[in-house]
Amino acid sequence: MRITQGTFSYLPDLTDEQIEAQIKYALGNGWSIMVEHTDDPHPRNFLWEMWNQPLFDLSEDEVDVAMREVRGAREACPNEYVKVVCYDRQLGRQTTALSFIVGRPPVEPGFRVERQEKADRQILYTMHSYATEQPHGHRYGADGLSSNGGRAAGDSESAE
Amino acid sequence: MATEEKKKDQTERWTAGVTPYAEMGYWDADYEPKDTDVLCAFRITPQEGVDAIEAAAAVAGESSTATWTVVWTDRLTPYEHYRAKAYKVDEVPGIPGQYLALIAYDIDLFEEGSIANLTSSIIGNVFGFKALKALRLEDMRIPTAYVKTFPGPPHGIVMEREYLDKFGRPLVGATTKPKLGLSAKNYGRVVYEALRGGLDFTKDDENINSQPFMRWRDRFLHSMEAVQRASAMTGEVKGHYMNVTGATMEDMYERAEFAKEIGSIIIMMDLTVGYTAMSSMSKWCRANGMILHLHRAGHGTYTRQKNHGVSFRVIAKWCRLLGVDHIHAGTVVGKLEGDPDMIRGYYDVCRQRYNVANPQTGLYFDQDWASLPGVMPVASGGIHAGQMHQLLHYLGEDSILQFGGGTIGHPMGVAAGATANRTAVEAIIQARNEGQDYYSEGPDILQKAAKGCPELDAALEVWKDITFEYTSTDTPDVVETPTTS
Repeated sequence: MRITQGTFSYLPDLTDEQIEAQIKYALGNGWSIMVEHTDDPHPRNFLWEMWNQPLFDLSEDEVDVAMREVRGAREACPNEYVKVVCYDRQLGRQTTALSFIVGRPPVEPGFRVERQEKADRQILYTMHSYATEQPHGHRYGADGLSSNGGRAAGDSESAE
Repeated sequence: MATEEKKKDQTERWTAGVTPYAEMGYWDADYEPKDTDVLCAFRITPQEGVDAIEAAAAVAGESSTATWTVVWTDRLTPYEHYRAKAYKVDEVPGIPGQYLALIAYDIDLFEEGSIANLTSSIIGNVFGFKALKALRLEDMRIPTAYVKTFPGPPHGIVMEREYLDKFGRPLVGATTKPKLGLSAKNYGRVVYEALRGGLDFTKDDENINSQPFMRWRDRFLHSMEAVQRASAMTGEVKGHYMNVTGATMEDMYERAEFAKEIGSIIIMMDLTVGYTAMSSMSKWCRANGMILHLHRAGHGTYTRQKNHGVSFRVIAKWCRLLGVDHIHAGTVVGKLEGDPDMIRGYYDVCRQRYNVANPQTGLYFDQDWASLPGVMPVASGGIHAGQMHQLLHYLGEDSILQFGGGTIGHPMGVAAGATANRTAVEAIIQARNEGQDYYSEGPDILQKAAKGCPELDAALEVWKDITFEYTSTDTPDVVETPTTS
């Protein structure tokens, strides 16, 4: 299956040139750029790991700085989902303005629905991610190396 | 001398019998509205021979303290404070016999946080007034002091997007069709196909409540299975607006509680339930973390005609105050009434932090929303994937585009229809962000996206000639603009 989170998942995977164009648009709006990654793409998991600090204050001609982070994250986390998050701090928004997936694991096993039958024909549903049957760092065919590229910082799931 | 004259005026003012409203003090050309006043713009069509100023004063009187005759009991009150004041009357340009009257109401006239009370005053009696041929409430300025007594949307646009984890594009949805007659299992099938194909939301129709062919509980259970399955198929948060509209508040609470128990993230209600019921559901949704969708069923009976009723921009303001997360607000290009400028005005009312008065969009007053979160406007009725560039152009990114027939009527099936719509919206957003003139190049952008998406290709082909071009009934007075698409 293909996880279709993010703004452009129904289009063919974006090329680097297309990613650059989106980042340029974001910078033109005065938004900051963050790169995030995860191997736990449950739809309610809003805490993807941060790849370095958010990039504030980039100008429109500094797209390459953001692209360096995108490439860095993708190379270090080939078996994870990587997304670009464009953030708008403007009063009344103060939230993400655009976010799109720029890296996926080679195989996406997806989710199954687990049903717990209750009285009165009610069912309690749980979404189970096949990938999370393996511990963090061993999912999506990873070889066991830390998917943070060996960096300890930000590896908040290491206790799993 | 001056004192004597004043005394004489006072005596005449309070003589028993019928005195013109303007002379009773409901007209005050020198009145300077206070920051805390509720201001109203009324379109007034007086009967033949009725003076426009007297008509405006009558509206001010009948919507505040006055009755048809002088009553001495007014003198037990500081009546100058409580009476509404008409302070400006202008002819409507180009429409003989119509006038625009501005009336100010002191904030003390209204109960805090009660749209029912506000509307009982301002549109309570006066619309049936014999001295007027017709009357329309065009706009209302709600002062900050009064705004702050309302809860506003249970979530609002920002919180809803964070909850759904969906940013940077309009959300896409569909209303289940046919509106009536599907059994619960068939209904769940439509919901499942539409959501797994790529829509964010599906929706009960306004008139699907709990009929003999499908009771609400069965519909909710089958829709929930569909939502959960589709969510697992895509890895996205998805929802089905479960319509909890019922005969009584007790019914509505029962349905809402059940929707929560089985895990729905969103419920809906119809405008027909009334302001108090809507406010109650808003409160319940805030307490229970439930997104609240409002279908504006019935509004066309009083919003559409230009000379009589209440403009939808006012209804939208009231609904933002009492607190809904979604509200149907027009499509411009679809099958239902809607001049582009008027609809822009409604969308601005739903979303902006501050509305600047703009005659072009029908906004008569500046309106400060005092950080009350925005409401997501919903475009629904006769729209399809081939119009995506127009929809984004007219309605903007913070909107929900609902393709009912435009999903379910797809020649390759419901899921294919959903995929076509989702692909179209993403392609147009991508092109816009890349700096393309997406409005004029829209058809090319969609055709290009369709090369990699047979579902979109089929949608563009089957609906290529479908437009709804009729002149709108309600247009700005400054210019005559036909609805275009």
